[in-house]
Amino acid sequence: MSVFDLYANAVLNGLMIGAIYALIATGLNIIFGVMRVVNFAHGEMVVIGMYIGFAVWKFSGLPPLAAVPIATLVMFMAGYLFQRAIGNDFVDQPQHIQFVFYIGLGLTITGLHAVIFGPDPRGIQDAMSFVSYRIGIFRVDASRLNAAAAALIIIFGLWAWLRYSLTGKSLHAAGENLTGGKVIGIRISHVFALTAAIGMACAGTAGALIAPLYDVTPYLAYEFTLTAFIIVIVGGLASLPGALVGGLLIGVSEALAAAIVSPSAKSFISYSLLIVMLLIKPDGLFSPRRTSR
Amino acid sequence: MSAALATRQTVAAILFVGVLAVVPIIADDYQIAVLAQVFLTAIVGIAWNLMMGYAGQLSLGHALYFGVGAYVLAILTERYGVSPWLAMIPAAVVPGVFGILIGALGFRFSVRGVYFALLTIAFAEMARIGFEHWDYVGKNGGFFLSALTSANNPMRSLRGGATFIYYALLICMVLTWSLSIVLVRSRLGYFWRAVREDEDAARAMGVKALRHKLLVVAISAAITGIAGAWFALINGSLFPDSVLGMRISIDLIVAPVVGGLGTLFGPIFGALLVVPVNEFTRSLSQSFSINGLNLLFYGVLLMVIVKIAPHGCWPAIAGWLRLSKHGRS
Repeated sequence: MSVFDLYANAVLNGLMIGAIYALIATGLNIIFGVMRVVNFAHGEMVVIGMYIGFAVWKFSGLPPLAAVPIATLVMFMAGYLFQRAIGNDFVDQPQHIQFVFYIGLGLTITGLHAVIFGPDPRGIQDAMSFVSYRIGIFRVDASRLNAAAAALIIIFGLWAWLRYSLTGKSLHAAGENLTGGKVIGIRISHVFALTAAIGMACAGTAGALIAPLYDVTPYLAYEFTLTAFIIVIVGGLASLPGALVGGLLIGVSEALAAAIVSPSAKSFISYSLLIVMLLIKPDGLFSPRRTSR
Repeated sequence: MSAALATRQTVAAILFVGVLAVVPIIADDYQIAVLAQVFLTAIVGIAWNLMMGYAGQLSLGHALYFGVGAYVLAILTERYGVSPWLAMIPAAVVPGVFGILIGALGFRFSVRGVYFALLTIAFAEMARIGFEHWDYVGKNGGFFLSALTSANNPMRSLRGGATFIYYALLICMVLTWSLSIVLVRSRLGYFWRAVREDEDAARAMGVKALRHKLLVVAISAAITGIAGAWFALINGSLFPDSVLGMRISIDLIVAPVVGGLGTLFGPIFGALLVVPVNEFTRSLSQSFSINGLNLLFYGVLLMVIVKIAPHGCWPAIAGWLRLSKHGRS
């Protein structure tokens, strides 16, 4: 394989993992966009999805992709109930309180994972893991391609739903102007719960999608959280196209950094990107119109 | 503040320190070590609280200052044979300068709120990754202080047994606490609170917001650096993940938030609450050999505390003990 082929493959792999990142970041972005809440436990939600993927494969013998709708459903319901039961109390709290609350939530989830599954890495060994396609100079893992395609379909589906459905519009309205939303009769606690449900479902779905690609441990969570944050800042807080472009960008830059420099250098590049963006354009590449709450 | 209240506060403070001064007589080495950990947590908590609780600047990357302080002291004493007494100065100054640089970048480009918090995380994480690849400090393998010999003199090496560490950190904590009281009650403290409440209004009133924000970051970073230096002296071994990791930034925030932000005693009270609980759940988790039990307990505890007392525990207790007018001082 020539150097060029190597880099070309790195870019392709980066795009595919970037699509998954984009789905994770979309969840974070929806939660922030509507509630102005920074979900520091977002990575933990991804890990829940990964464990759901692992558990379904392990105990039912179904193919790994079958776990995806299960993870989506479970996380959707969990997100809704969580937000109704306790999350809504924190929407109006100052940022540092939200931070400690979500850190507490994250530690609780990580602790639960460690208690239930133990600290050892758990991986899915499926026949699908060994299938790969060869297209020209590219070599594509089937399970990676499936995961990326599914993530993109979900992202675009979600955009369409948010844009055209009445519920989607009410989410948007609540994010734009909370008081105005109340005035026109939007049930805020329901809308917020729905937002949390969708956001967490995005994370959980992404987790189930990558379960066949990576071995899962309870302690993966914080890297997912930080990666999602970098993407959201680079792309633009509360911007959905920003999450997609940011995800692909970070995916590619990480893959290239890993191929050219060393695998441990990949997050260094991402953080540099984050700092540069924060300084020159803190609103991100795609900044939605500035609105005050 | 009424004279009677001031007297009550002074008496309570003296009583508190007095009790701590005699505790080692009855406590065993383990309890002394846990209390020393409480003091260290309280010191960084006070430092962070100055920046967040009083000047309203949310930093989630204080691990940077802690880790840099630790490494500066370790390198100077181990590689250059500098006395640790002397090495404490650069261990405070270097993180202070880092704080000013990051603060200047952030404030200059008016990066505020969540964005500023993420900027601090980014710098801390970059420092961690940098140290993990830096040969001179042993990369991931860690940097070690040489083992103590039998001729060790704690007053020269600043390293010693549990009781020595206990008193050293107790003195440091009392000094930091006193410094924070002086600062907060000075003109400077009022400027910080003005910036916290409404930066634009404070500016309009002629408060030099940028200068005061940089000053509070520098002070906070320098104190955190000294705490990091003590960590190096106590542990004798440094790993990028154990002094610069995200976990440090989190642990260091928890005590002041649980105790009560923007209160002078809150960080100390929070540390007294959080550290023993953390130690207890860790030993519980080990004795039942259930991995993750401690994280579970700790996480639930954090959620419960911010749910019932979002402004921290100390304001309510201070009011109950009649040590404050209405919580915040």
